[in-house]
Amino acid sequence: MSASGTNGAAKTNGTAEPSGPRVLTKADFQSDAETRWCPGCGDYAVLAAVQGFLPEVGVPPERTVFVSGIGCAGRFSYYMNTYGVHGIHGRAPALASGLAAARPDLSVWVVSGDGDALSIGGNHLIHALRRDVPLKILLFNNRIYGLTKGQVSPTSERGKVTKSTPFGSPDEPFNPVALALGAGATFVARTIDRDKHHLPAMLRAAVAHPGAALIEIYQNCPVYNDGAFDALTEKDTRDDALVMLEHGQPIRFGADGKHGIVRRADGDLEVAEVADVGENALLVHDAHRTDPSLAFALSQIGELDGGATPIGIFRQSPRASDAAARTAELSAARASFTAADLAKLLHGSNTWSVGASGAGAER
Amino acid sequence: MSSAAKPIEELERVIVRFAGDSGDGMQLVGGRFTDVTAVLGNDLATLPNFPAEIRAPAGTLAGVSSFQIHFASREILTPGDAPNVLVAMNPAALKANVSALERGATIIANEDAFTTRNLAKAGYETNPLEDGSLEAHVVRRIPMTTLTARAVEGMAEVSTRDGMRAKNMFALGLLCWLYDRPTAVAESWLDKKFAANKPALEANLAALRAGWAFGETTELIDHRYTVATAHDVAPGIYRTVNGTTATALGLVAASERSGLSLVLASYPITPASELLHELARHRSAGVRTIQAEDEIAAAGMALGAAFGGALGVTATSGPGMDLKAETIGLAVMLELPMIVIDVQRAGPSTGMPTKTEQSDLLMAMYGRHGESPLPIVCATTPSQCFDAALEAARIAIRYRTPVILLTDLFLANSSEPWLIPDVTKLPAIDPQLARANGSGTFAPYARNADQARPWAIPGIPGLEHRIGGIEKSQPSGGISYDPENHQLMTNQRKAKVAGIEVAALEVDADPDAELLVIGWGSSYGTLRTAVRRIREGGGAIAHAQFRNLNPLPANTGEILRAYPRVLVAEMNDGQLVKLLRSEFLLDLESYAVTQGRPLLAAEMEREMLSRL
Repeated sequence: MSASGTNGAAKTNGTAEPSGPRVLTKADFQSDAETRWCPGCGDYAVLAAVQGFLPEVGVPPERTVFVSGIGCAGRFSYYMNTYGVHGIHGRAPALASGLAAARPDLSVWVVSGDGDALSIGGNHLIHALRRDVPLKILLFNNRIYGLTKGQVSPTSERGKVTKSTPFGSPDEPFNPVALALGAGATFVARTIDRDKHHLPAMLRAAVAHPGAALIEIYQNCPVYNDGAFDALTEKDTRDDALVMLEHGQPIRFGADGKHGIVRRADGDLEVAEVADVGENALLVHDAHRTDPSLAFALSQIGELDGGATPIGIFRQSPRASDAAARTAELSAARASFTAADLAKLLHGSNTWSVGASGAGAER
Repeated sequence: MSSAAKPIEELERVIVRFAGDSGDGMQLVGGRFTDVTAVLGNDLATLPNFPAEIRAPAGTLAGVSSFQIHFASREILTPGDAPNVLVAMNPAALKANVSALERGATIIANEDAFTTRNLAKAGYETNPLEDGSLEAHVVRRIPMTTLTARAVEGMAEVSTRDGMRAKNMFALGLLCWLYDRPTAVAESWLDKKFAANKPALEANLAALRAGWAFGETTELIDHRYTVATAHDVAPGIYRTVNGTTATALGLVAASERSGLSLVLASYPITPASELLHELARHRSAGVRTIQAEDEIAAAGMALGAAFGGALGVTATSGPGMDLKAETIGLAVMLELPMIVIDVQRAGPSTGMPTKTEQSDLLMAMYGRHGESPLPIVCATTPSQCFDAALEAARIAIRYRTPVILLTDLFLANSSEPWLIPDVTKLPAIDPQLARANGSGTFAPYARNADQARPWAIPGIPGLEHRIGGIEKSQPSGGISYDPENHQLMTNQRKAKVAGIEVAALEVDADPDAELLVIGWGSSYGTLRTAVRRIREGGGAIAHAQFRNLNPLPANTGEILRAYPRVLVAEMNDGQLVKLLRSEFLLDLESYAVTQGRPLLAAEMEREMLSRL
């Protein structure tokens, strides 16, 4: 058996530098490595969506880097014909942060899963968000450990029966959107692997965001957690189960938008019938608010009586930062740092010279 | 009355130890005394020693901080064993340090601090200055607090607090007088330090001058000493550096020589944090420093930066090394340049964070899962940290590998004069970044004559490639679970490290020597000093010191076999000796100590003598 198949080597391009403006296509982002996810895995849909979307960004493959962690999602980087690092469990945001610090000219993506990003790598994720490192973070959430064959994950629901929790998980799951907002993330969105229109729309918004952007992608694991998100995708349930957040639009869901979200006098959100309260009473979604508290409240509306799971952009509020300017300053300083500068640095402020005779003299 | 009124005796070398409470500014005084000594052209070596607690309860033994300096008119290699003069700012400082003194040593005590309360805090039942317990020593009782207060008395705007805090400068002034060192460098340092605080500046200068003047006028001290300019040092321009500064400068030099940007990612830890502080100041050299969220992230950031084409460095101490192991393993697999600096301290676990040790060697060698060899470099003296950092960078870049640079707390904090190298003569480091090949497939695990793979950084069309922690096939870099390929790659990684070119081991040997003493890293000065004493006593001996620990110099076996007895000395439980025994199947002797302090020349002299 030889090592064909998943090939880390570059695809043969063979073409000279094109004369006109380069037109990127989906094929430019597809590596020739054979994808090895299980049949029916949601990862295929995400991969196709990302490869299909990237040409419109206009950043060529050579200036794009995908950094991934460990888990099924971790294999993502092998399938992109960009530069890529398949790192270690949970550490992709750290690797990517170092890369972004050294190379602000690159478009750096992080691909991670719920166990990778929220369990073993939780610290790196929250700090990358806190620092607003310009990474585009795709968090594949299938609410299960897939590659280790089916243990409970930090997003698995309470009571979940898995191999490691035969009597049901005793633990409350993380809400990744709430976690990201709590960490100070300036861009947080949620989408679903199977939604061919919504997923690229979220990618588009994330790329347009200057800082860290986290997209939680509900992703089906057909082997260990099949149908986890069926309620959100099946025709007969999705209207009542899913709330589509759209900036500037009243928040409503259900057949013909008959339910809506209203804000009570005490500031809490609740589900109301539009027929009862009138359309003008509905909360209008404002993803651009500086204060993240309303976005946080929206991340919880699945828990409300009659509530549903929101997808879309929760927060899109760029933070003023001098990081780019400081980085540019350092790059310029490095570029102009000469051997003479080094000599000066080595001398410091207090030197003395010793002549051939050994006499010391202060300088 | 002039200073010439008192006779000046010339000495070849002197060891002074300043000791006081953590809040007494002993490190600061030691640093300034080092400055004034350095500009006189004495050779010198220093040993700061301080508690892990920032401010342990004042006046207690736990809160004692000290700074020892050894200066001489000839080459010296260690901060010295026993001080000739101990400056004790309080009873606790005396109690903690008096056992280090030999008979006849001088104690200069701040008499004002020997109050009933302070004596009790230090655990003295009677006042040692009065009860005769110090009769083996020459005791000078000087009311430093009172004299300092008098010196600043009537100075407008100088608070009592400023006055009290300046008593360390009184001690400095007195010692400068005693050893005939002009205070100009210390005064200009104070000018800068207190530029924005005129009252503090005035108080400190007044205390410094009062200390000097006290020496001139007091009848307590009738003698001065001088130590002439060192005559056996190489000509050139010198400065003092400690190991931290030298390491930082070595990394900046590696950045300049290689054309690569320097990225240091670290997490605060004693004593390695100082390197982060030092490099964070070098913005003008384009140095990028990141205080990471943890040790793991710091290693990851350094490696991520390396993937992007930077000189990626992470620095830590003991417990941080444990946490970085996983990322270092990834770097071994990715075969990317990366420097991991381990400023060793006494372990295990938290151990003794402000005490030195050399006990991370086997961890550096083997502390990762799987077969994951990597090069190890160590530094031998504070200033040699500069060369060691450059060497680590040279190996990392040329061979595309993580390198562990082992320094230690003693090297990091100790200072010595450094002959500033000629920048133009430093070796250039060509990173030989991969270039676009125009056509054909790019193979990220193709190998050159050094067995190193291409370093293809993002941004170059046609070289897009994916690498990761999974075993990869050579040369394509694709994932491979093929048994033969894994054997090949295991061998390949091992052969690459084994084939790294390192300088031959040098031996400083008497022709008829039968005993070879071997050390590594920071024991260099101690071992050389002990060897010198053996020779002065007519003994024949040989000494060698490792700077490269993996791979070992090619002539190591030949040298070890050339002597009937070989003694391996180290500050651990016998780690290098274990490596050498297993590698060369020789019956080597071990002297291994874990007391949180550097080896002493006297103990090594004793060990050597017992084997001659």
